Amino acid sequence: MFSFIVSRLLQALPVMLVVSFISFAMFAYVGDPVAIMLGQDFTEAQRQALITDLGLDKPFFVQFLSFLGNAAQGEFGLSYRLSRPVAELIAERAPATLELALCAAIVALAVGVPMGVYTGLYRNSWLSRFFLTFSLVGVSLPTFLIGILLILTFSVWLGWLPSFGRGDVVRLGWWSTGFLTWGGLKALILPAITLGLFQLTLIMRLVRSEMMEVLRTDYIKFARARGLPNRAVHFGHALKNTLVPVITIAGLQLGAIIAFAIVTETVFQWPGMGLLFIQSVGSADIPVMAAYLMMIALVFVTINLVVDLLYYAVDPRLRIGRGKGH
Amino acid sequence: MRAFFQSDLWWSFTRSPVTVASAIVAFICIAGAVLAPVLAPHNPFDLASLQLMDAFKPPVWGSEGDATYPLGTDDQGRDMLSAIMYGARVSLLVGFCAVIFSTTLGVALGLLAGYLGGKVDAVLMRIADIQLTFPSILVALLVDGVVRAALPRETHDQIALFVVIFAIGISNWPQFARTVRGSTLVERNKEYVQAARVIGLPSLKIMAQHVLPNVMSPVLVIATLNLGFAILAEATLSFLGVGVPPTQPSLGTLIRIGNDFLFSGEWWITIFPGVALIIMVLSVNLLGDWLRDALNPKLR
Amino acid sequence: MSQTQSMGGQALLQVRNLRVEFPTRRGTLVALDDVSFDIHPGEVLGVVGESGAGKSMTGAAIIGLLEPPGRIAGGEIRLAGRRIDDLPYEELRRIRGRQIGAIFQDPLTTLNPLYTVGDQLVETITTHLPLNPAEARRRAVEWLEMVGIPAAAQRVDSYPHEFSGGMRQRVVIALALCAEPKLVVADEPTTALDVSIQAQVIALLKTLAREKGTAMMLVTHDMGVIAETADRVAVMYAGRVIEIGAVRDVVKHAAHPYSAGLMGSIPPISHRVERLEQIDGSMPRLSSIPPGCPYNPRCPRVFDRCRVERPELLPAKANRAACWLYAPGEEGRLHG
Repeated sequence: MFSFIVSRLLQALPVMLVVSFISFAMFAYVGDPVAIMLGQDFTEAQRQALITDLGLDKPFFVQFLSFLGNAAQGEFGLSYRLSRPVAELIAERAPATLELALCAAIVALAVGVPMGVYTGLYRNSWLSRFFLTFSLVGVSLPTFLIGILLILTFSVWLGWLPSFGRGDVVRLGWWSTGFLTWGGLKALILPAITLGLFQLTLIMRLVRSEMMEVLRTDYIKFARARGLPNRAVHFGHALKNTLVPVITIAGLQLGAIIAFAIVTETVFQWPGMGLLFIQSVGSADIPVMAAYLMMIALVFVTINLVVDLLYYAVDPRLRIGRGKGH
Repeated sequence: MRAFFQSDLWWSFTRSPVTVASAIVAFICIAGAVLAPVLAPHNPFDLASLQLMDAFKPPVWGSEGDATYPLGTDDQGRDMLSAIMYGARVSLLVGFCAVIFSTTLGVALGLLAGYLGGKVDAVLMRIADIQLTFPSILVALLVDGVVRAALPRETHDQIALFVVIFAIGISNWPQFARTVRGSTLVERNKEYVQAARVIGLPSLKIMAQHVLPNVMSPVLVIATLNLGFAILAEATLSFLGVGVPPTQPSLGTLIRIGNDFLFSGEWWITIFPGVALIIMVLSVNLLGDWLRDALNPKLR
Repeated sequence: MSQTQSMGGQALLQVRNLRVEFPTRRGTLVALDDVSFDIHPGEVLGVVGESGAGKSMTGAAIIGLLEPPGRIAGGEIRLAGRRIDDLPYEELRRIRGRQIGAIFQDPLTTLNPLYTVGDQLVETITTHLPLNPAEARRRAVEWLEMVGIPAAAQRVDSYPHEFSGGMRQRVVIALALCAEPKLVVADEPTTALDVSIQAQVIALLKTLAREKGTAMMLVTHDMGVIAETADRVAVMYAGRVIEIGAVRDVVKHAAHPYSAGLMGSIPPISHRVERLEQIDGSMPRLSSIPPGCPYNPRCPRVFDRCRVERPELLPAKANRAACWLYAPGEEGRLHG
């Protein structure tokens, strides 16, 4: 178990290294940070001072190491656009994005898995056909259009739900949450559905195809031949076997949700990291882009690790060395 | 050609009314977009013909509708139908080019990795793995952002279309590369390839003549499914304001512009380009889905 | 309408004129055509034939698990006098496992990899028998002992992948028999196993069936297994039963030319022969079964009637065979 985790961590390391290298390269070579930070009027002495200050005169490798060291402490310098520490900006925005992503993931899993199981079991029922058509529309609908359509229906025409912002938030230390107020929860509904819908259809289609695959296996046929009730065959035997691939993809999708939040946050003017990122892309604010990239990479690597551990819990064939003699 | 109409593929095509319908719809979309300069009732880019008087006209069935503008007009009096046709042109152009770009790149790298093996394979696949860890829309955004930061503004506006194509294309090559690599590994060990090697055919020729044709059908399926994705990716980038320049509005740009008028009641400015986008992508995706099932006997 | 005679007493399983069809895009394929036979309590019926002859299909039809789009299109199946082929799914499910057990070919794929063998046994036992989980677990261990798993009390908590192929097939046998069914359908139970283990598993099946008084339908293409295990044997060809009779009679004095050829292909252990007989050609595909007797294109003794009229099972020697050679009025040909 321990060695399993260690080996997975060792696999994650190169990913983080490559990503930080890309971030660093962006940081160091794209555009001219000195010129951007100095603005219009400056003397050569000021310029030199800033270069020394930023360590830009040191060898490449030293610069990279100090970048890594700073990054490990959450230090990414100042945003070109807002002239505030990047770490501060991200910490401020993170709760909004994480709460939104969590709600979207719950929507996607809680609705997607049952729908996938149902359509896998009853392939030809009219409800399955309806779900499948719905999922195809879901896959073909771009996130931003879903958001716009929801706003048009529920905010503009019906006036039930807010169309932008987080509503009322409560501060708990540095974390600001929208879960504790009615207004905050109402503001979450539309963005969470918008963000979750695409993942929902993906998860549904995945569960469906895995379910169909598993239902064709010999052990399911044998379970039927043993006279087990349908409930046991479908949920005990079939569903558990579909879980292994579903966990993988669902985990990756969870990471994708955080990245896709960029679009949803733009549509709903949701004050999260995604909105910060897209504003940075628009104005070539490299430090924020670099920091965001590293953060997302960290999230993905963590999710991958958790997924591997879940795998380990579900599938006994992976627990090598635990055998009880042969 | 006769062989094609008697093939299983054609049979399964005619047996699926949804597929036939989506093929027809896709054809209409493509024709409407490609022939926009001929078919469109107005030229939305001809500033002289724009009449501010005609701004914000609702669609023809609305109370103030005007038959000259069947789908209404936007804030500058542009005919929505024409704008959508021209917009679809840009969307399709970017979509097709991006898919061609990622297919070429992915197939070439996949062949190389699979055929040469060893270090080349390890490095290429590791890169693909790392890139696949991130959603491709994020990769596209990053590439776009970096290019934007690296180039002066004026240069960027001139080549923005290529930047978008490059960004979307580069975000999707790993899928192709992986599939092609897998098939290449299988093909490489088959006797006919070994034989071709023994008689001394150059590697490139073996790959092009013997391996490539055998991996084309999965590539075709992925490419079709990817076209829908690429069109959506372009629309998303343009909606976020980092895609094609406003001088050449795509469907995504039109939706973004229209989004500002959502609350003042002019819903058609954003909804119609949206509907056009959905119809286009849906029909392409339905075709791709069918193609995947038809070419994959395991799924029947 | 063919009439299969009863061997006296009530048959446990009666299959009458069973017809299974597969609708396909190029027309309907008839996978089983007019298949009839009986299995009596405690009896072992061997079913033999080339692959594709419909042996496994017959087994699947009996346990009600034909792969869609296959379906029973005619005839009937009775278990202890009760018709079971038209039962609703839920009622048939109660019969599966409890009254008809099933053993599949490949033990590597028949067991769910994510559950311990104990879990799978307990689940089957509690589904069919009025036992609480603790009793069911005790019963599970007993069954593992009975099928010859060493250290059963410990191995009950092992996962399938921790067993060898032969051991897994023993577990499968335990699973098929643990609710004490009256009939077991064993579909090629040893084909996927090492040759060295095949004999052990067959011996185990035979012993257990005898001890529990379980009747068995043993599907195999291995004539050696049949000769050793079965009481009676049915020979199938192109979806039809073409000969049925006591195992001794069919093996030694096969009536149908096809069975005779099949029996000629068994290597005799007692004495050396110069060469084994071989049947020329191959079985027709389901889409192109010839009119008349399906064997006629390959039959060395074919005559006009075989190409036109389809033969039914007729008394032939000590058996019953679907061959015109045994029709009244054709006696002369037998010795011709």
